[in-house]
Amino acid sequence: MSLAFQASQALPRGTDYLRILPELVLSIFGMIIMVLDPVVDQRRNQKALGTLALIGSLAAIASTLWQARAPGLAFWNMVQVDTFSVFFHFLITTITAVVILTSYEYMEVQQIRVGEYYALILFGAVGMCLMSSAVELVLIFIALEISSISTYILAGFRRRAAISSEASIKYFLLGSFATAFFLYGVALMFGATGSTSIPTIEQHLRSGSIPVLAYVAIALMFVGLGFKVAAAPFHVWTPDVYEGAPAPIVGFMSTAPKAAVFAVLLRIMFQIHAPGRLGLIWVAAALSMTLGNIGALVQQNVKRLLAYSSIAHAGYLLVAFAALPQNGIPSAMFYTASYAAMNIGAFAVVSHFGGAGERYVTLEDYSGLGRRSPVLAAALTLFLLSLIGIPITAGFFAKFYVFSAALQANLVGLVIIGVINSAVAAYYYLRVIVVVYMHDPRDESVLPAVPLELGAALAITALTTIYLGLLPGRVLDYASRSAGDLLH
Amino acid sequence: MTPDLHLWLIPVLPLIGAAINGFVGRRLTRQAIVTVAIAFCGASFAMALYVALRFSGLAIPHLETLAPWIRAGSFQADFAFYVDQLSLVMLLVVTGVGLLIHIYSIGYMWEEGGFYRFFCYLNLFMFFMLTLVLASNYLLMFIGWEGVGLASYLLIGFWFTKDSAASAGKKAFIVNRIGDFGFLIALFLMIKHFGTLNFDRVFQFAASMSVENATAGLLTAIGLLLMVGAAGKSAQIPLYVWLPDAMEGPTPVSALIHAATMVTAGVYMIARSHVIFERAPTALMVVAIIGTLTALFAATIGIAQTDIKKVLAYSTISQLGYMFLACGVAAFSAGIFHLMTHAFFKGLLFLAAGSVIHAVGGEQDMRKMGGLWRKIPWTWATMLIATCAIAGIPGLSGFFSKDEILWRAYQASWAYWLVGVVTAFLTSFYMFRLMYMTFAGEYRGVTSDHSIVQEQAPARSRPSAAQAHHGIHESPRVMLIPLAILAFLSIVGGWIGVPGSLGGSNRFDRFLGPVFRATAPAVKPQHAAPGETAPPEQTTEGLESHTGRGTELAFTGISVFAALLGLYLARLLYLRRPALPERIAAALNGLYAAVANKYYVDELYATLFVHPVVEGSKHILWHGMDQGVIDATLDNSADATRHVSDSLRHMQSGNLRSYAGWVAAGAAVVIAYMVWTGTR
Amino acid sequence: MVPLSYYLVLSGVLFACGVTGFLIKRNIITIFMSIELMLNGVNLSFVAFAAHWHALSGQIFVFFVMVVAAAEAAVGLAIIIAVYRTRETLNVDQVNLLKL
Repeated sequence: MSLAFQASQALPRGTDYLRILPELVLSIFGMIIMVLDPVVDQRRNQKALGTLALIGSLAAIASTLWQARAPGLAFWNMVQVDTFSVFFHFLITTITAVVILTSYEYMEVQQIRVGEYYALILFGAVGMCLMSSAVELVLIFIALEISSISTYILAGFRRRAAISSEASIKYFLLGSFATAFFLYGVALMFGATGSTSIPTIEQHLRSGSIPVLAYVAIALMFVGLGFKVAAAPFHVWTPDVYEGAPAPIVGFMSTAPKAAVFAVLLRIMFQIHAPGRLGLIWVAAALSMTLGNIGALVQQNVKRLLAYSSIAHAGYLLVAFAALPQNGIPSAMFYTASYAAMNIGAFAVVSHFGGAGERYVTLEDYSGLGRRSPVLAAALTLFLLSLIGIPITAGFFAKFYVFSAALQANLVGLVIIGVINSAVAAYYYLRVIVVVYMHDPRDESVLPAVPLELGAALAITALTTIYLGLLPGRVLDYASRSAGDLLH
Repeated sequence: MTPDLHLWLIPVLPLIGAAINGFVGRRLTRQAIVTVAIAFCGASFAMALYVALRFSGLAIPHLETLAPWIRAGSFQADFAFYVDQLSLVMLLVVTGVGLLIHIYSIGYMWEEGGFYRFFCYLNLFMFFMLTLVLASNYLLMFIGWEGVGLASYLLIGFWFTKDSAASAGKKAFIVNRIGDFGFLIALFLMIKHFGTLNFDRVFQFAASMSVENATAGLLTAIGLLLMVGAAGKSAQIPLYVWLPDAMEGPTPVSALIHAATMVTAGVYMIARSHVIFERAPTALMVVAIIGTLTALFAATIGIAQTDIKKVLAYSTISQLGYMFLACGVAAFSAGIFHLMTHAFFKGLLFLAAGSVIHAVGGEQDMRKMGGLWRKIPWTWATMLIATCAIAGIPGLSGFFSKDEILWRAYQASWAYWLVGVVTAFLTSFYMFRLMYMTFAGEYRGVTSDHSIVQEQAPARSRPSAAQAHHGIHESPRVMLIPLAILAFLSIVGGWIGVPGSLGGSNRFDRFLGPVFRATAPAVKPQHAAPGETAPPEQTTEGLESHTGRGTELAFTGISVFAALLGLYLARLLYLRRPALPERIAAALNGLYAAVANKYYVDELYATLFVHPVVEGSKHILWHGMDQGVIDATLDNSADATRHVSDSLRHMQSGNLRSYAGWVAAGAAVVIAYMVWTGTR
Repeated sequence: MVPLSYYLVLSGVLFACGVTGFLIKRNIITIFMSIELMLNGVNLSFVAFAAHWHALSGQIFVFFVMVVAAAEAAVGLAIIIAVYRTRETLNVDQVNLLKL
């Protein structure tokens, strides 16, 4: 509802700021880093800015937990803090912290001047956090742009590498292209209902007959958001961008913005009760799973392989969106968390192993990794097994809950496609494991030791992967409660 | 508000020990490994004692949820622990006996290679066993159930370089799989019909169902399938064949896993599911018949075995049969009572046997022993106590528990009782035969030549092999102390359950009463003893007037007589007239051969099942199905998929404008679809 | 008064022009301008709907969109410069190292 109209009534209240506290904390730390960047001696102290960013993200985690105790609306019903938004805030800020940990060594090895790198990660996180708590479409658009613009730059951060700037320009142009679709959808929804506030739209759509304009609006918004989560047929950018972007950033891009956009999709699909969602999701999910997995089969570049795998995982996740809300929402939330843990872990291994200039990224480079670095190989194996969905890893329960939610909604066809795809997917993940353990190393040179920060990041992701695979109950319970909050 | 006892610590402590020894054990000294293993196992025992102390203050059953686990729709299974009288007894037995055997193992395994591996597995076993015992739902119980199977497999095959050990491990694993299959199907049935696997809910459902007297319905099916699982784990007919082979493992393992704890898991599971069985008389009858037959069958095989551990293995199978018999006549507390006393004396027997084997340099053949009692008096004394206990000599623990079972069996049917008494006689006979052959008479082994060491150890340096040159010797104190403690328990362990007819009050039965009697069905199962239908507060002993105390005493007299007869016969044959057994064996040529060869059951199974399956799978499944159909299909479909994948790559041309084309085309399709749905 | 549908059609046409431009133009800068065209099409429909619903907020949104577009332009031009430095071309068809 008209924010300008309400803004004239009162200034924001104090609690309003509490409700965007994590975003504020992240922004402030980001700005401090920008200011300090020219002051700090880069050569001698690459890590100083990173550590500052790490502190910022930890502070954001803390403020998320603090914020969780006082749920409610803020800024004239534009921002809503509830268990749902807290879940995604926590997830995104944690991802940010882990990605910062994996970046330390990477930036040093690639000899990239840190500059605003960490600040951009924090700013990106601001946009993503805001996306998960915004209940107003224009605010969602702005948040989406905040996160996107940061990631456009981050994708091209290896400025000297031609492929990195190519990834950046492709991501930027196609991303803006897709965002324009999303924005057009917002405009049409505004036209159809006279509002951009999600609860008001929901009421409006429920009360009367649904105008065709609303259908078109949903379609356009789905195009924009589907692009961001790399759902087929809007996935084409993913392999190129993931291949060219710096490895830690790929870990970041493939998890945090996706989680945030999925949060938005959950709100739009379930909270608005998006008309006509079922067919849309059905086709997109089936296509994403199939195209992603089949595309991955022949890949030789591990980053590109993981990019295709992320398309497939977006497909699995979308299956949950076709299910009934009370099962679909928690299973989708659980999936985002599990996927974040295993995927960041995998990219952490990739970024360490890549070496200067990301030279070692093809499958052959990975041969004999099991002998050269048992710890790294074991971690990679764990993450890949989880991506396959082997029991006692997070991936298993993630898929299990999504498919069982779909079965309860009688989506037998979709589940069959999903299960067949999981079988196909096992092939290319196992291929990596086979290469790692069964092939002789091509290069016997000693790998650099895993530094403390990266070790910590690997430990966090590995433990989370196992924790979610052994004790999914607690997280799922929380997600179920969030679903209740979302649906009232 | 019931106190939080942190029950989860009890299983997790040994797991930590296992993890430490497993991960860094290779770098630790033997002392450190032992300290870790014993400390965590001991801490677990201390926790169990603590739970026992606090027990009176708990609301029974006491439930503690550690963490939610699986939630799928309305189905829910948590990491939750469940303590009632039954699990408390099991808890104390497992941790107590487990700790003693851990201590004993220090001495026994000291010189072995893979020391850390051994203690890691042993602790791992404790973790799974305690999970099994404390689980609050069938699924968690199943995890423990599978886990102990895994630990058992690892420990049987501990000397994995030895072929027979490796194949014994495999055999145990495969036979157990058959049982687990039944167990799993039972679980699926429960999920389908009750929608839950939590004990309290399942029993609630079951308790509300009527007794399936004439019909064999759901509960009977579940009961029978559970019995299949129990028969696998507890080595009952027809799945007992793995247990004798399991003796390939180190002796402490035989004592802990294959005598005192794991093999009794089946009995525990049946007792735990008593609500289901009480309402399925047919299933109960099957349990009783299988138990009785196994008891007799295994005991007859035990007579002719010459390997000291094999005798004990068949004896274990036979005693487990008693426990199943008790469960089968709905005398669950009697079964658990025997389980407890059996854990004491059979654990002791195995440990003592280990001590004997240790003393004579790895020899396991009783024909090469004899006259050992002078040289290893402590081992002899403790083993004698255990033998008296298992044979049912009055005053010792086995006497009370066996007497209780036989009496309750008689109340169900005289046939059970008769077979039970015959088995008791056989038990006494083969046990005293073992004692006389091992300890009495003259030493028949070869003292000078120990180069042919027959025990499990391969070429590795067996401690005893080296020491044997210095003659037969008593085991170190670290091995004797557990023997002494178990001997003490074997004597007094039965006194807590002295039945009323012998002037006791059967406190054990009364202690377990709330578990078993609160849920007894209103209608008397055709098969169960009259006592079982008694109202909750009344113990079975309160119903003496029905049958008369005199009768019970008379039956006790008969079973004591059977035990003494066995003793006498053994003495006659193996001490007085050592030549006689051979003549008897010669006279009963065919029968003796059949018994000595374990009735050719292994060979029968090999011809009936193993061979056809191996051949069938080789020709039909491997050559036909696998290579012909599946591989071909997979190869072809994999080729096709890869082909598709290759052509699909061209969607990824690298050209930005074509990408935008895909996005725009996709958007057009999506919009068209939505307009179509909107206007429809 | 001009009916709402006229504005909507115009905005749709503008948006479609932008999409078409994106698809057929080869110069990165022109492609980028096409995106601006799409955004302006959206802006037009926002304003038109604002008038239709008598809601001031629709007009405010346009400002937000313009701000975001400006930020995007700044970043976009920087990225374009970075590409030009490594490739020495602005022809999008030649920026295709990453493929398959």
